[in-house]
Amino acid sequence: MSRYVLDPTSEVRAAAVSMQPRPGTLAGKHVGLLDISKARGDVFLDRLAERLTEVGAVVHRYRKPTFTKPAPVDLRHEIATQCEVVIEALAD
Amino acid sequence: MTTTAPSLPDGIVVVVKRDCPTCTLIEPVLAHLSGGHTPLTVITQDDPAFPDLGAAARPTARVLHDADLAWSWHHGIETVPTVITVANGAETDRAVGWSRPEWERLLGVAPLGDGLPQWRPGCGSLSVDPDRVDALRARFEGGRLRSRRIELAALEDEFEALFDRGLTDGLPVVPPTEARVLAMLEGTSLAPDHVVAVTPPDLVPCTVEKIAINAVMAGCRPEYLPWVIAAVEAVCTDEFNIHGVLATTMPVGPVIICSGPGTRAIGMNSGGNALGQGNRANLTIGRAVQLVIRNVGGGRPGEIDRATHGNPGKISFCFAEDTQGSPWTSLAQWRGLPADANALTVFAGEGPRCVVDQLARDPDALATSLAVGLRSVHHPKLPLAFDAVMVVGPEHARVFAEAGWDRDRVLGELHARLQMPGSEIIRGAGGMAEGIPTHLVDITLPKFRPEGILLVHAGGGAGLFSAIIGGWANGAVGSQPVTREVTP
Repeated sequence: MSRYVLDPTSEVRAAAVSMQPRPGTLAGKHVGLLDISKARGDVFLDRLAERLTEVGAVVHRYRKPTFTKPAPVDLRHEIATQCEVVIEALAD
Repeated sequence: MTTTAPSLPDGIVVVVKRDCPTCTLIEPVLAHLSGGHTPLTVITQDDPAFPDLGAAARPTARVLHDADLAWSWHHGIETVPTVITVANGAETDRAVGWSRPEWERLLGVAPLGDGLPQWRPGCGSLSVDPDRVDALRARFEGGRLRSRRIELAALEDEFEALFDRGLTDGLPVVPPTEARVLAMLEGTSLAPDHVVAVTPPDLVPCTVEKIAINAVMAGCRPEYLPWVIAAVEAVCTDEFNIHGVLATTMPVGPVIICSGPGTRAIGMNSGGNALGQGNRANLTIGRAVQLVIRNVGGGRPGEIDRATHGNPGKISFCFAEDTQGSPWTSLAQWRGLPADANALTVFAGEGPRCVVDQLARDPDALATSLAVGLRSVHHPKLPLAFDAVMVVGPEHARVFAEAGWDRDRVLGELHARLQMPGSEIIRGAGGMAEGIPTHLVDITLPKFRPEGILLVHAGGGAGLFSAIIGGWANGAVGSQPVTREVTP
């Protein structure tokens, strides 16, 4: 006799989203820097912004309200529409 | 096999079983009715040859064998005999057991049952037999469940199968069969497809059915289900922020503190070893919530869960507060719910630690000891960042009660002892690098924000101990305690 159990998971599989191809150069590219609001993440990103500007990238700065929660959807949309590359400072 | 409701034939319907002495007692009554003008249908649960309607039975009288108990199940038969009157396919009235006046009134036939006793109670219907009811519910109501069926191979061990599919927390789980999940759903008045919360981290809607499946796996009884549902709803709020609690490197998980008379009704432990092992309700409610986060939300250790160490309470950490023996109001009442509400408070907490003070007999000395313990939460030099639950044991609570210290007095005295001068907590002070920036040397900061100590009364009657449960990043940037009422 067949035995069955019920699936305890959401049964939802996220749609696969492919990455953008890696750019050959950052010159002229719009690069987003996302500060997740962890202590001293801005120090790291300030230095990155300097370096990126030196190689000709256009730098955009963003900040999450708190590191403990996912970035708000409007912020994610803003980054996606304004940038070709994004760098996230993950930790302190 | 019948899974749809068979409709009742017009006339008189009587449901019986031979195994019931009252049913065999009224066999002559059934024979008498079979000779009348009103069509009679006797539905027999066990023996198709029972009852014998006799030679005088009209062609409109018949006996049907309810072999799969579909008639009994769908028409809600709990007792045999049950007599039902039916007109135009709809039930008009019913009576259970044998009662001469009631049967005579219901059927308009008198006298009935000459020589029989006036009244006899019936017996339990086979359709509610505890040994059969779960299988019957699965047969007749399994279609209500929407979840995918996972078929197990004939030679596959069912417990190993659930490990193999990555569905457990590292301990064996009860296989969530249709019968068990349907029995679990009897514990709530909510429909299986009711969406309780959107569950992080995958942000998927979580139905009562999915919670019931995970509650079965955790080992819950149906009467625990409303508590699991309330806890899932509470942890999935933006205030509690289970996403952050899960993703953090800190060793915290949802600590569930249950209040109200319902905790005693389901047998929760608020006494000796309340924070430990041995009580099914305490352990399985907390475990069910964590399994929902794992299985429905998709939050697994090593994936979204990035804890450096974790703590054993992340399997389950749930207990009841002892309100009956408490000198104080319940935590739920302090947090704004009515006295005696059945409610739970979820708190992002680590494992408990013990504060020993076996000598303090006055409240000032005891408050000072507890405050020193509280100051050590996460680091004695870190102010304001974390909340804490202070679980005061009965022997410590008695010291405060005898001095007339109510909840607010105890909290006020603790906070007063937890003011930390900048000179003690700046970076480098005491030979420790951890601390606040050095320019804050001249200010005094509290260890906790004003609402940051949650006082709970629980524990066994012996032991001059209390327990501290340290929290996580608090307030709007982290996790706020959330209190929810538990409803059936």
